[in-house]
Parts: sequence; C-alpha cells; structure tokens
Amino acid sequence: MPIPRKTSAAVAVAATLALALTACGSGASTPAASSGPVELKVSLFGTFGYDEVGLFKKYEAENPGVTITYESTQGEDKYWPALQTRLASGSGVADVQGIEVSRISDVTANQADKWTDLRDTPAKDSIGGYVSWKEPAATTKDGAVLGLGTDIGPTGICYRSDLLAKAGLPTDPAALSAQMPDWNAFLALGEKYKANAPAGSAWHDSAGGLYNAIISTQKEIYYDGSGKLVYGTNPAVKSAFDTAAGAAQKGLTAKLEQFVDPGWDQGFSSGSFATIACPSWMIGYIKGKAGTGGADKWNVTTLPGGVGGNWGGAYLAIPAVSQHKAEAAKLIAWLTAPEQQAAVFEKVGNFPSTTGAIAKVTGATDPYFNTAPIGKIFTASADASPVQILGPEDGVVKSALVQALLAVETSGTSPADAWTAAGTKISNQVG
Amino acid sequence: MTLQLDRPVPGERTPPGTGLTTRLSWRSRLHRFEGRSAPYVYIAPFFLVFVAFGLFPLVYTAWISLHRYKLGSSMTWIGLGNYTWLFTNGAFYNALWKTITIGVLSTVPQLLLALGLAHLLNYRLRGRTFLRVAMLMPYATSVAAATLVFALIFGRDAGVVNGLLGLVGVHPVDWRNGDWTAQIAISVIVIWRWTGYNALIYLAGMQSISSDLYEAAALDGANRWQQFRHVTLPGLRPTILFTIVVSTIGASQLFGEPLLFGGGQANGGPVGQYQTLGLFMYQQGWQFGQLGRAATVAWVTFLLIIGLVLLNTRLSKIRNRGES
Repeated sequence: MPIPRKTSAAVAVAATLALALTACGSGASTPAASSGPVELKVSLFGTFGYDEVGLFKKYEAENPGVTITYESTQGEDKYWPALQTRLASGSGVADVQGIEVSRISDVTANQADKWTDLRDTPAKDSIGGYVSWKEPAATTKDGAVLGLGTDIGPTGICYRSDLLAKAGLPTDPAALSAQMPDWNAFLALGEKYKANAPAGSAWHDSAGGLYNAIISTQKEIYYDGSGKLVYGTNPAVKSAFDTAAGAAQKGLTAKLEQFVDPGWDQGFSSGSFATIACPSWMIGYIKGKAGTGGADKWNVTTLPGGVGGNWGGAYLAIPAVSQHKAEAAKLIAWLTAPEQQAAVFEKVGNFPSTTGAIAKVTGATDPYFNTAPIGKIFTASADASPVQILGPEDGVVKSALVQALLAVETSGTSPADAWTAAGTKISNQVG
Repeated sequence: MTLQLDRPVPGERTPPGTGLTTRLSWRSRLHRFEGRSAPYVYIAPFFLVFVAFGLFPLVYTAWISLHRYKLGSSMTWIGLGNYTWLFTNGAFYNALWKTITIGVLSTVPQLLLALGLAHLLNYRLRGRTFLRVAMLMPYATSVAAATLVFALIFGRDAGVVNGLLGLVGVHPVDWRNGDWTAQIAISVIVIWRWTGYNALIYLAGMQSISSDLYEAAALDGANRWQQFRHVTLPGLRPTILFTIVVSTIGASQLFGEPLLFGGGQANGGPVGQYQTLGLFMYQQGWQFGQLGRAATVAWVTFLLIIGLVLLNTRLSKIRNRGES
C-alpha cells in the first residue's frame, strides 16, 4: 500500500519537526558525582582581580581535581539582565556569580529562593570576618546569608599632579587635602584651577561622578530605615545634586559621561580633567586607561574634609541550581579570605572587605601614584564611612539623577528642570 | 485539485461481495483522506516553523503585555494597565517622536543618495564592477563595528569630524550629548550602511528599463536630466515603493546604532534625545526588568508598523488609480 505510507511519512516528518522545535526547551542536567573531578563555572563582571592575580590557577594547583572556567562581562549593566534571564529559566547560570552592591538589596528582598544560603555550606565560617555592615547587607529577613563580600568602595579623590602644578595648586596629597575642608572649598580650588589651567582641561570629570562621591558619604540616601523610598524629600540627595549641578554650570566639569563616553577613557591620559572621585576600584581602572605614560602623573588624596565614603563593592554568591554547592562554597570562601583580598588590592586596587585583610594593607603604597599611601587613605575612608541603607530601586534612582546632571552639563538644562524631569522619570518607573 | 482527487477512480469500482466491499471502501476512504490531507501536510513545515517562531511569540507577547511581569518573578494580571501606563508616559511619546525624526533624517537622504549613485553606476564606467561591489561593503560591515568607529569619529575631544570642522574655524561640537547633533550622527551611520544596498536595488530596477525608451527620448532631444526624470523615475516606481516600505520598517525598528552609539546604554542620551522605540522597549525589559511593559511597547510598535505599511500601500494605490 504505497499511498498510506507516503502519508505516514509526511506525518512523521511533521512530527519530527514539531519535536525538534520543542526540544530546545528542555535542558538536560545531570548531577555530577560528589567525588572526582569537578568543573566550577565562575561568571563575574568588570574586574574582580582574581584572574589578573592568578588566583584561579593557584586554587586549581592547590586543589587537584578542580577546574575553574571563568568568564567576565565588562559592563555590570549588561551582566545583570543576562543573569536575571538565566536565573528565571533555571539554566545557564554559573556555580559562582558576582553581585554588585546596588543589586544586593533586590536579591535579599526578592530572590532569596534563587540563591544558596551560605550558612548551610563550608563557607559559613567566613561570614564573621567582615567589616560590620558588609554581611548584614547580604542577609535576608529570615537570616539567610546569600553572598560573601569581595571588596568595598572607600572613596578618595584622584588627581593629576602635573596638571595641578601647571595651575599653581598644591600637588602633595596632604597639602591638597588641607586646602579642601569641604566640597565648597573643593569647588573653589576648581575655580582657581580653571583660571590657570592648560587649555581643554577641566577641574573634574563629570557632574555625575561628583554627585556620586558626595552622596557616598551619606548614611540614608534613597531609602530610609523603614525601607520607604525617600530620595525626593531627603535633603542630602538634593544638596548633593545641587552642588554637582552648580559645578557643572560653572564649567568645572569636563562633561564626559563615566564609563560610556569614549572621551572619558581617553581623558585619563589626555588630561581632559584634573580630578576624579576615586573609589578604590578606580585605581585599577586609571592604571589601565592612562597606561605606562600616566605613571607618576596621577596621585590620590582623601575626600574633602577627610570624610569617609563608600561607592560600590560586590559579593560572590552561589545560585540555588548549582550542582556543586559545597565545592563552590569552598572556592568563594578561599577567594574572599584575607590573604587573597590583600593580593587583589595590591594588584588592582579593589579594597578588602574583611577586617583581617584591611589590617594587612593599611601600609600599602602605590608606585604608580607617586607612592601615595593608598592603604592609609582608603582605610581611613572605610573607617569613617557610614553604614549605608540600601534599597531595591537604588539603581533606577541613581541612574536617573546622574542622567539629569549630564543634561545640566551638556544641554544647558536648568538644575531645577533637570531635578523635576528626573523625578517624573523615577516615579514613572518605580510607581 | 481537490475535486479531481475526490472523483472515484475507475479501477477501484467496488465489485460485488460483502467482505470485499468493506475492505475496499476502507481503502478508498483512506485514499480520499490522503488526497484531501496531503497538500496540507506538504506545506505544514512552513506553518509549523511560522507558528513556533512567528505566531506564538506574537500572541504570547500580547498575553504578557496584559500582566505585570518583573524579570525573575511571576506574572500578575493587570488588564490594560500597561497600555494606560504607556499612553500616559512622556518617555513613550519622546521615543515615538525621536523614531520619526531619526527615521526621516536617515531615510530621505539615504534613498536620494542611492538613486543618484545608481544613476551614475548605470553608465558605462571604468571599473564599474569594482565600484558596485565597493558600494555594498558598508552593508556587509557589522552594526557594532561601524557604530563603535563612528562613535570615535564623532568624539568631542579627539574626533575626526570636529578636527575637520576645526580647520574651517568651527568650535568643537558635542555630537553625543546634543539633541539634533546626536540624531544626525546616528543618521549618518544608518545612511552609510544602507545607501549602497538601496543603490544596488535601484540599479537592478534601472537595468530592467528598456534601452529603447532612452534612445527614443534621446531622439526627441531629451538631455540626461530629462531622461532621468521622464524615463528612469517612472520606470523605477515599483522599486522605489519597495525601498520606501523596507526603509520605513527598518527605521521604526532602529536599535543597534543608537544603543551602541550611547555606549550600550538604553536611555538614548541624557534627555533621551536619541531614544528610539526599540531602545525604549529594551530599557523597560532589560535595564528595568519590566517584561510586561516591554511587551506592551513591542505590540504598540507592531501595530504602528502595520499602520505605516497600510498607509504606504493605500497611497501607492491612489497614485496608480490616478495614473490609469
């Protein structure tokens, strides 16, 4: 019977196709045996410094049978959405994932079921070694600890001593620090710089960066202690915004959007700006962008008035779907241990978050930055920095305010209009 | 076709005898069923693929757009809430307007340039094939590579464009952060990439116009410009309509260029001066994790495109009726 066979063949083709089309939905996952070789996937963003210092290789050498596959996304703003889709689908996540500090509150509030409680893993012994606020920020209401801290972001001011010298300003960190008791004095120095500066060089890189530095010294920022969104009524936010907008209007900023404008990267070597707010992780970024030609030109001092601030920092966490939780926990406990944190600081500048490591690095100096006492400066900033209150929509609010400041800088929008526009944007988004 | 297959086949006429009758009628019923169903099965692969990758995403997107759906959490039904949010949101109208202005800024010069280039390439030139291939090179370049290079070219402090403008005494322009300047810079990238492609389509259209018409026009004393206006343009009308439709759709979906020009940021500049609908959708979905809202933007964009295409067809129909 040739005719039905043809039909059935066609039906078979159609069925196969339908199968093939649906097949991509089901990801097969086989749990690996607990003993024997283990492959740990580590997925991070930006520069955590582990690969740069060679810590993955060292761990592999000390733990035979463990291989580490490492990948990194440059921009956290691309890393996070991709991670969210993978978490939602339950496949494609690594065994160790990085979490930026501005996301940690969202994680503890809304995603507790997607991450591993480290109290049930070999990493539990590491939880106590941190500066007082680091681990509470990664702890849920029920007490589950979802991440181990990597670095914190104590903040100072980095400056081009060669450009300051040309404008007749002090180039020694202590002398410079003495001339800026507060942010207004910092901007007054900027006016002096502007009057005598080389052509095409502004005092500060961007109004957004200035705003972030000022706000990094505050305890209560976008949320209050009860978890209510208060950015609109918090005088500290408005005052930081107005100070930064004022600097922009006086022409003290180079109008370069941080991490986005190619001109900002070029500015580290070309001298488009003389100062930049400098969380410790910026140290490594400056070295990378200014290159060997920038050695001895850059220097670091404290924030105006010697206040402490914290901008950024991160955590390592283990997704709940990981098949190697115990091995991954051992790895992150090792990576965040004081010796390793100190080694990372020496190499790329990410400031340690464990008290043990901070004690190791307080004496550190950096030859690239005119042998500035970066250990002392950042330790002082970390000690003096307030315990910030974090909230799930911090990122949205911060980004809207920084964009509003860029509009003041570049489009001549009045600060009042920019503030209102940012408010509309935020309420439209956060609801 | 169905009628013919349904007709009883002479050789299969049922012979007398009960046992045979049932067996044969079963066979003939199967035969008839096969005749009716086979054509559908043959075209099924296309429709299966279309349903899986075309129709299902479309319908599911509409379903999502009726929910509040934050990335990583579950959906909650909110009816038309997302649409109310969208149509009362100034950022949406801004994105719509920027899509239109960048669309016009990029499409109009692009098609005019393409027409001119095609006209030149239609002449006998030395190295014509080389020139034709060279024109297609930008189209073969990746959006990412082209945009990153153009972002440097339009840089404020060290960009080539400002360098050249400086030679004639123009002050450096902050292309990226200005309103119109950023839109112009993005349009330039689009024009650079797509002009060659459109020129080749026009060229193909021109070569299908009979050379007799040009000879006749030349005999009547028409110069080159008159030939272009009265022979080439009318002959190219269907081609021009096609390129306009395709460019319009392309412009309303513009995404890669503004995203990468903004350094991978979806906000389209500090005041959203180059945030297109595509970027707005991406920002909702992937920066803010609001999948329901992103789906709403996607559907509204889809309806807008259908509206635009219908308008285009209607206009060309009216013109055709006017001609005949």
